[in-house]
Amino acid sequence: MKRDMALEVLKKHVTDEIVVAVYQTLFDWMAINPRDLNYVATGAMGQASSHGLGLALANPQKEVLVFDGDGSILMNLGSLVTIANAEPKNLHHFIFENGVYEVNGAHPIPGHKKVDFGAMAKAAGYRFVTVFSDIETFESEVTEFLKQPGPALAVMKIKAGEAYPRDYDYIHSALARKQFRRALQSS
Amino acid sequence: MEALKQARIQFIVSVPDIVTSNGLLWPISKDPEFKLVRVCKEDEGVSICGAMSYNKTRALLLMQQTGLMDSLNAIRAIGIDYQLPICMMVGLQGKEPHKLSSESSSYGVRIIQPVLDAMQIPYRVIEEPEDVQHISADIEKAYQTSSTFIFIIGRAPV
Repeated sequence: MKRDMALEVLKKHVTDEIVVAVYQTLFDWMAINPRDLNYVATGAMGQASSHGLGLALANPQKEVLVFDGDGSILMNLGSLVTIANAEPKNLHHFIFENGVYEVNGAHPIPGHKKVDFGAMAKAAGYRFVTVFSDIETFESEVTEFLKQPGPALAVMKIKAGEAYPRDYDYIHSALARKQFRRALQSS
Repeated sequence: MEALKQARIQFIVSVPDIVTSNGLLWPISKDPEFKLVRVCKEDEGVSICGAMSYNKTRALLLMQQTGLMDSLNAIRAIGIDYQLPICMMVGLQGKEPHKLSSESSSYGVRIIQPVLDAMQIPYRVIEEPEDVQHISADIEKAYQTSSTFIFIIGRAPV
């Protein structure tokens, strides 16, 4: 399944949700679905899931979608347990698994083809875990996945699609944070 | 705890710290006015507190200095670069009571204030009971100015 195709499917399901995304998935998502409720400033070192948890706990009336990376979640595996323990019903977590650190030279992640992120999330205590490997299944089942009470996790077995520009200046900018803050407080 | 309530702190995010365990974290865990988020690692807490601040939800990250040292990159990115109000209370495990941290026999204790100075992170040492009176105002200022602030807890609360 190509990542940009999966994001095109997700675009049809996103209205007023908060979307937290990282690295190439973020850059692709910003190109496919630019919107102020995209949370782009997660720092570094795999922190997207923790930002998602903070947003979910502080905004229980809003749905939070985290578009994580496999290399990113490996840097913050404990967050799976923290999230499962906090039990945010409004948090849906996607791990886009391509097996490489795509924006850092495409080196393989440790454990590629060995590590099972779904099993990890299940063992951590996530309420619902599934794996999507092809776009047809994803398109037909994503609605049902999003209906599951969180924390729920979908492992997305993906390949790179179109390479959208990597606008690091924007994601780390004060403007991006200001736009998100304003959109959140008025939503 | 009263100072934290006065500062309208709603969430406490924490990895347990032996200095503040009995005097703060255990009582907080039983106080319905606080929502406690137990995290596996302190850098998670930096992100959680930062994310919460976008809708003005106030949180405090409670941890030991070992967790602070482990979280410096997260604090650099989320607290300093992104200018978010990350308020932290950091217990100095191993510091001798009534001794300046700069005079501690523990290397891990002695380096904390120089590291914060190097990172230009504002902090206040909470050592004596009268120091507590500043906590609420410091948190208020951190949220008003959207900036990071650290309370260094030099000995167990009485």
